[in-house]
Amino acid sequence: MLELIAAAPFWIAVLRIATPLIFGTLGVLLCERAGVLNLGIEGIMVAGAFSGWLAVYYGAGLWTGVLVSACAGAAFGLLHGVLTVILALSQHVAGLGITLLATSLSYYAYRVNFPKVNSPPTITPFGETHLFDAVPGIGTALGAQTPLTLLALAVVPLIAYVLYRTPAGLALRMVGENPAAVEAQGISVTAVRIGAIAAGSALMGVAGAFLTLSAFNAFYFNMVNGRGWICVALVVFASWRPGKALLGAILFAAFDALQLRLQQSSAGVLPYQVYLMMPYLLSIVALALVARKAAYPQALMKPYRKGER
Amino acid sequence: MPKVLRLEPRLRVPAAIVAAAPMAAIAVTLLLCSALIVWAGAPVGRAYLLLFDGAFGSRFAITETLTRATPLIFTGLAAAVAFRAHFYNIGAEGQLYIGALAAVAIGGGAIPAPPAVLFPLMILAGMAAGALLLLVPALAKTRLGVDEVVTTLLLNFVALLFVSLMLDGPMKDPTALGWPQSMTLPSELEFGKLLERSRVHSGLILALVLALALWVVNDRTTFGYEMRAVGANAKAARFAGISVDAVMLETALLSGALAGLAGVGEVAGRAGYLTLDMSPGYGYSGIVIAMLAGLNPLGVVVAAVFVAGIIVGADSMSRAVGVPTYLADVIVAVSLLSMLVATMLVRYKVRWS
Amino acid sequence: MGLILHMAAPSPSPGPSLSQREGGAVLRLSGITKRFGALVANDDISLDLARGEVLGLLGENGAGKSTLVSILFGHYVADAGSIEVFGQPLPPGQPKAALAAGIGMVHQHFTLADNLSVLDNVLIGTEPLWRPLSHRRQARERLLQTSRQFGLTVDPDARIAELSVGERQRVEILKALYRGARILILDEPTAVLTPQESEALFATLRTLIADGLSIIFISHKLDEVLAVSRRVAVLRQGKLVALREAGELSKAELAELMVGHRVDVPVRGPASSQSAPVTLLSVSALAAGDKLARASFDVQRGEIFGVAGVSGNGQAQLADALCGLLAPAGGEIRVAGRAIAATPRAFIAAGVARVPEDRAAVGVIGDLAIWENAVSEHYREPAFSHLGWLRRSAAKSEARRIVERFDVRCSGLDAPTRSMSGGNIQKLILGRALLNQPEVIVANQPTWGLDIGAVSYIHSQLLAARNRGAAVVLISEDLDELFAIADRIAVMFHGHLSQARRDWTLAEIGLAMAGSGEPAHA
Repeated sequence: MLELIAAAPFWIAVLRIATPLIFGTLGVLLCERAGVLNLGIEGIMVAGAFSGWLAVYYGAGLWTGVLVSACAGAAFGLLHGVLTVILALSQHVAGLGITLLATSLSYYAYRVNFPKVNSPPTITPFGETHLFDAVPGIGTALGAQTPLTLLALAVVPLIAYVLYRTPAGLALRMVGENPAAVEAQGISVTAVRIGAIAAGSALMGVAGAFLTLSAFNAFYFNMVNGRGWICVALVVFASWRPGKALLGAILFAAFDALQLRLQQSSAGVLPYQVYLMMPYLLSIVALALVARKAAYPQALMKPYRKGER
Repeated sequence: MPKVLRLEPRLRVPAAIVAAAPMAAIAVTLLLCSALIVWAGAPVGRAYLLLFDGAFGSRFAITETLTRATPLIFTGLAAAVAFRAHFYNIGAEGQLYIGALAAVAIGGGAIPAPPAVLFPLMILAGMAAGALLLLVPALAKTRLGVDEVVTTLLLNFVALLFVSLMLDGPMKDPTALGWPQSMTLPSELEFGKLLERSRVHSGLILALVLALALWVVNDRTTFGYEMRAVGANAKAARFAGISVDAVMLETALLSGALAGLAGVGEVAGRAGYLTLDMSPGYGYSGIVIAMLAGLNPLGVVVAAVFVAGIIVGADSMSRAVGVPTYLADVIVAVSLLSMLVATMLVRYKVRWS
Repeated sequence: MGLILHMAAPSPSPGPSLSQREGGAVLRLSGITKRFGALVANDDISLDLARGEVLGLLGENGAGKSTLVSILFGHYVADAGSIEVFGQPLPPGQPKAALAAGIGMVHQHFTLADNLSVLDNVLIGTEPLWRPLSHRRQARERLLQTSRQFGLTVDPDARIAELSVGERQRVEILKALYRGARILILDEPTAVLTPQESEALFATLRTLIADGLSIIFISHKLDEVLAVSRRVAVLRQGKLVALREAGELSKAELAELMVGHRVDVPVRGPASSQSAPVTLLSVSALAAGDKLARASFDVQRGEIFGVAGVSGNGQAQLADALCGLLAPAGGEIRVAGRAIAATPRAFIAAGVARVPEDRAAVGVIGDLAIWENAVSEHYREPAFSHLGWLRRSAAKSEARRIVERFDVRCSGLDAPTRSMSGGNIQKLILGRALLNQPEVIVANQPTWGLDIGAVSYIHSQLLAARNRGAAVVLISEDLDELFAIADRIAVMFHGHLSQARRDWTLAEIGLAMAGSGEPAHA
């Protein structure tokens, strides 16, 4: 067991599994820090995975594909923003509606483009960078990653910087705590919230893009498979902090990688479904552990209407 | 930017607007989705006509739609009661499968008992299984303060994996050529057919009766009063002496049982056995149906028939003009969102000031 | 009651003559009119504010004060009229323009984010939104400098949640000063302060006007307004009914101007002359939640027992414990000699009538019908339900009784409760609590935010209950209210309840509220 965890391949797998969770959790974090629950994430990840992949399939470069995914995510984020911030609809229901819409639209578009295919069409995905192979220690694990994983690791400090060191980040944190305080300074709560949702949703889109442009080379139905929901749980676990979000995603990925290894090494001891259940059960347990002391942003899920208190 | 959109509550809402809102929402939905039909290269008018025809245009179409509507009424009711009490049960899909699994476990031949005993036992087991699955997130919410949305969502995956585990192992039908499929229920335990040469079964009657019963409970009983009070303002309900946690748990049990019933109905009324693709997301559609119905139990029936019609109609339309069947899911999702917007516009005036 | 008057020591120096003042007006409102449907919230209001002046703006709830301020701040656009700031016209409907013109506002409900630092709260909105790096070090220096200049000490890194109410108000004032405000609008600034904290605030205001700032001081407390203002403007039903030198006005005149007629203040008669006092409510060594450490008191038949204190000292927890919402961590509550289980239902069953602090969020369920809220505490009783079925007609006739007896104005029993005004919601709650002649009444801030008519109605109902022999606990942050109707008053400070006294002076009770009075009894 120890050897297993100490080996480089294990950590290569951990970072790979963690990548979409890092993007996704940071996306949820941006939305919730601004006071909006975004349950659209599951569908936005599907849309991101599909749109980026489709662009690359039709000849766009891989990075263009990532950009397309981000834009698709942002577009659904804008829709979510209009519904929940401007029209003040239930954030739960609007989010689920976005998930249903983004998922069904992606599947529909897939079938319009590929009415009858036996095996899913493929692309050439991102390769490993091997940029860090010379670095002792973590070099091997980092080097074996695709650029999107490195991007994910870079986005964490970037988000932290924006949140804690820029005026825009302060406005974002403040609309999630006391929107009236922001409005009183002549800053539009609506604009800040919608901006945060769009940015967060763009990250969710990129989380999806990782699946089709890095982890796999094709688009499959059900490929997101609850990862979005896990991100929603992880952000609570991370107390809405970027650094802890990274830690949570890696911790989670480590457990997931571990169950995959155990599943392979001890085949037949337990049915494979038991191992597959682990990530979901783990998320529930993690939520239960932190729920009591979780310091939710104070204005989370509270629609803001100007002039009302 | 001096001008902003403001929402102002309407003091009086004309009845005509209330009635027109769902119609307008559906019209907008069909309009938006016609762009998708054009994209797929099919004539819009003909596609919608075929869709309607496939849903309601013949005896076969109508019976198929009603067959589809049956589980949707159950899951729609499950969502409606829970959402009314502000308990966001997004786990009806998992509860449906667990309910079906329990029904098969009781009725699949493992228990030697006469059908007269097994039949009610089977139904109760399905309800109890769904309820118990939802009890976990409900307790986590009331005891630990864990948000139920994410836990119920995640439990869907756990439930499906558990069903897969059982269908691969102890409950596998050995004669099913390697497919994960459960034992088949004996015909004495199946729900009776309502019509000759159709798949409509007595589960539909049960669903209609329950919808009516829930409407009465909601409006006329102290339990309904408590559910509405807790949902509208839990703090004030607690102040008035209502045990919010107890009401929440009771509501969760009721909701889970209804979703479990959907599963029982599917195995005992339609398929006869359980497979992993039995439900094409009935649990999730139930949420849409509940919202379309404004959480009104009687409205759930109408909304369920509507959604079932879209699904059944899209199937046959797809075969005729080659528009992907996923159009049905898009229509359902868009109608949910436009319905939400429509109800908001009924209650509030949007002002640009 | 004249203490505040005395504390605002310097008698208003004779101001510059009117002509001079008009020449030096820093702010001038001309003919401001604002309508909401049929309601004229502001009716042709013209006002000016001189440099270095405190202008008192007085008026009842709904008189149009907050509308006027909202127009000034660009939250609303006036239907007619114009505003000039330092001689320049102020573009309407632009909050940013008002800020830029040097107008600062301190709201009654602070607009601070509890989980963020003082510096964060001051800094918000002062930098270009898209600046790539916040200049936090410079900002911190400037904040400290401003706070030294005006003697408003705060720790820039403290979280708002850790600060006292007085300190939070200081942050709000600093926030305005940091933005270079030269005109400061204070909305009911003393509502949450102890008399001593209020005095400190008045001292701050004197520093500010000495520095040449101008202040609009909004309040409904006559003494304060007379004490701090050079001139007083009185609004009534949207109209400016008076604009006078504070020195020319008496309190009685001012009250009449504000209300428009003589106000009959409910008078507390002599305590009911019972030979032997009967204890109806007995609280001993009660501790509950994180804020209530110890409270012991008895309330007798026919008395109103007042609990004073600055918000956040444990009154909320005391009220919750007395309503059955919060289980005591120690001690006990006895009603008529019997211990009560810590559930709302047990308290209702024991005949404790309860009026919660937050009427809209806790007192009623806004989405349910008025009749449904009327029976929300009693729907389980056989009179209103049978075997789980609601007796709707019985419930509705109960609701009708409450609506008629307690003068609840509503458009019908089936209307959603949230469609009523705050005063009528409070009457519904009061009616629900008082209809069956309860022996024990617990009322927490029952008149908060209500207009004078509703306040006096609620006071008279509480006094009537006392006079027929009920034991009333009245928790209030409004000392005027307590002095007016409570028989005995005890003070909450840091979770401890003082001895109750009948003869507090305002200075003594102020000291007790600040924790430097007599030690809380053991």
